[in-house]
Amino acid sequence: MVKADVSQVSLPDLAGIVDANRRTDLVMAGIGISVLLIAMSLLAAVVIDLIVGGWPRLINPDFYLNFPSRHPLQAGIVSAWVGTILVMLVTAGIAIPLGVGAGVYLEEYAARNWITDFIEINVSNLAGVPSIIYGLLALGLFIHGFGLGETILTAGLVLALLILPVIIVSTREAIRGIPLDLREAAYGLGADKWQTVRLYVLPAARSGILTGTIVGLARAIGEAAPVITIGALTFIAFLPPSPLQASPPFINFEWLESPFTIMPIQMFNWVSRPQAEFHINAAAAGVILMVMTLAMNGVAIWLRYHLRRQVR
Amino acid sequence: MPTLPSSLSPSDPARSPLRASESFLHRRALWGSFAGGCLLIAAASSVFVTLGIVYVLVTESMGFFAQVSLLDFLTDTQWTPVFENAHFGVMTLVSATVTVAGIALAVSIPAGLALAIYLSEYARREVRETVKPCLELLEGVPTVVYGYFTLLFFTPLLQTFIPGLEGFNMLGPGMVMGIMILPYTASVSEDAMRAVPAGLREAGYALGYSRFRVAMRVVVPAAFSGITAAFILGMSRAVGETMVVAIAAGQNPNFSFNPTEGAATITAYIVQMAMGDLPHDSIAYQSVFAAGIVLFVITLTFNLIGFFLRRRFKEVY
Repeated sequence: MVKADVSQVSLPDLAGIVDANRRTDLVMAGIGISVLLIAMSLLAAVVIDLIVGGWPRLINPDFYLNFPSRHPLQAGIVSAWVGTILVMLVTAGIAIPLGVGAGVYLEEYAARNWITDFIEINVSNLAGVPSIIYGLLALGLFIHGFGLGETILTAGLVLALLILPVIIVSTREAIRGIPLDLREAAYGLGADKWQTVRLYVLPAARSGILTGTIVGLARAIGEAAPVITIGALTFIAFLPPSPLQASPPFINFEWLESPFTIMPIQMFNWVSRPQAEFHINAAAAGVILMVMTLAMNGVAIWLRYHLRRQVR
Repeated sequence: MPTLPSSLSPSDPARSPLRASESFLHRRALWGSFAGGCLLIAAASSVFVTLGIVYVLVTESMGFFAQVSLLDFLTDTQWTPVFENAHFGVMTLVSATVTVAGIALAVSIPAGLALAIYLSEYARREVRETVKPCLELLEGVPTVVYGYFTLLFFTPLLQTFIPGLEGFNMLGPGMVMGIMILPYTASVSEDAMRAVPAGLREAGYALGYSRFRVAMRVVVPAAFSGITAAFILGMSRAVGETMVVAIAAGQNPNFSFNPTEGAATITAYIVQMAMGDLPHDSIAYQSVFAAGIVLFVITLTFNLIGFFLRRRFKEVY
């Protein structure tokens, strides 16, 4: 049966089939590459559109030092970028210990039972909950429940909860990559579980955890929806009190309870206005926001690449 | 506790190394269990977040459902919460949400599949290693930036091809969102394709299949549950996406599946209401949480289906 088939196919036909296959493969590769090019040109279009649109404001130093204003040409982003930095401090301070702790627990401590299974499903589900739902959580619980108000603390907290799954997942992946030998060597030297984790596993997984944390924080910087939902004001013509002071104890936490604005909200505010002059400001704010997030993502990608080469 | 040979045991019991190490062991055990407890609390915190979300959505919308019947909520085709004669037909918001997400998927499924097949079956390793980080950058762009781009660049561009397109419409945001979720859908489906054992591919090649046939007849069917999961999870993202639609699809509740019209999605409605200062006990405030429940249930359903589909493809091989 097979023999008969082969004898019916003459050599020129075979060559024709091979050619046809090559053509299909070429077409498929072409389609794949063009999808890739379309996606990349969208990214390029976004970047170019923003830079061109915001150029007049981007080159003006006042833009970085002025407060928002009714007059588009005097409006600036100082309260927005300061607010972003302060909110990120809170977010990092909450999300890193919680996320890394949860990741370590799930990888090193958790028994294989239904509770662990449940926590795992829960984390992966939380990663898919829309960010605006976290905003509703903050509005209902932090603001109307706990009375925290529309403050930097509330915003930092809600963004921390939002990126918690990202940090948990990347911590787990980093820890899973640490060979068992390292743990056994530590146990062999007489270390107990916590010492093994603290002195050997965590330092070895450091760069992987750092990568995930940076990716998470980059996501938090760009998030507007949950912070809008808590009703953050958009017209903030003052700075929160400084975290550092000249007199002892040199640090104060009043800034946590201050109203604020952040970069994505400032940009949303400007883009929603009908006057085209404000759209210039929105574009300029968008460039700064993208520089922040892309720089962080770039560092994370570089770290991961560097890490992979190290492991090999 | 093992006893030391008498020659080694020191005369002064207070200075015994054994005594010292006992107290050290004791302290170490205390620290160990303390640390373990802290880690458990950290892990449990994620469960509390979920509980908190469900608690807030349910309690805050209870007052709403006391005044609006579930039947009206699901069948009315008007959504006018702040009018004198208020209507609460959530399908008005759902129609826009589904339309935008549908357009996003119509862009993302063919593009994501083509990209994933290219990356997993055609591209050389170095190409793949270069392309994936670039795609991640696409994912890293803040959504408010995509919103600006859609409203002020992409929609005017589309208007030159489609004359009847409104300034606020569902087509532009849907298409941009389709490319926005592309890195995610493509990389999850590529993972699923790469999990297909090489033996299956080799069997295909041994039968004289071309790469294209191996991809379409062997790899895609074998990775089908993983690929489906990728697009279901992508759909969930598109449904929950906020800033692009809030900026570029308009904030006018409009029961319509026509992509050239503007319409408020569930997420856009929540943003719009949050910007006005609503009194805590008003029905308009509570309607935000009722809309939130619908959004949460839709995305939760997609996420759970996606989770179990993904888990399945991981277990098969």
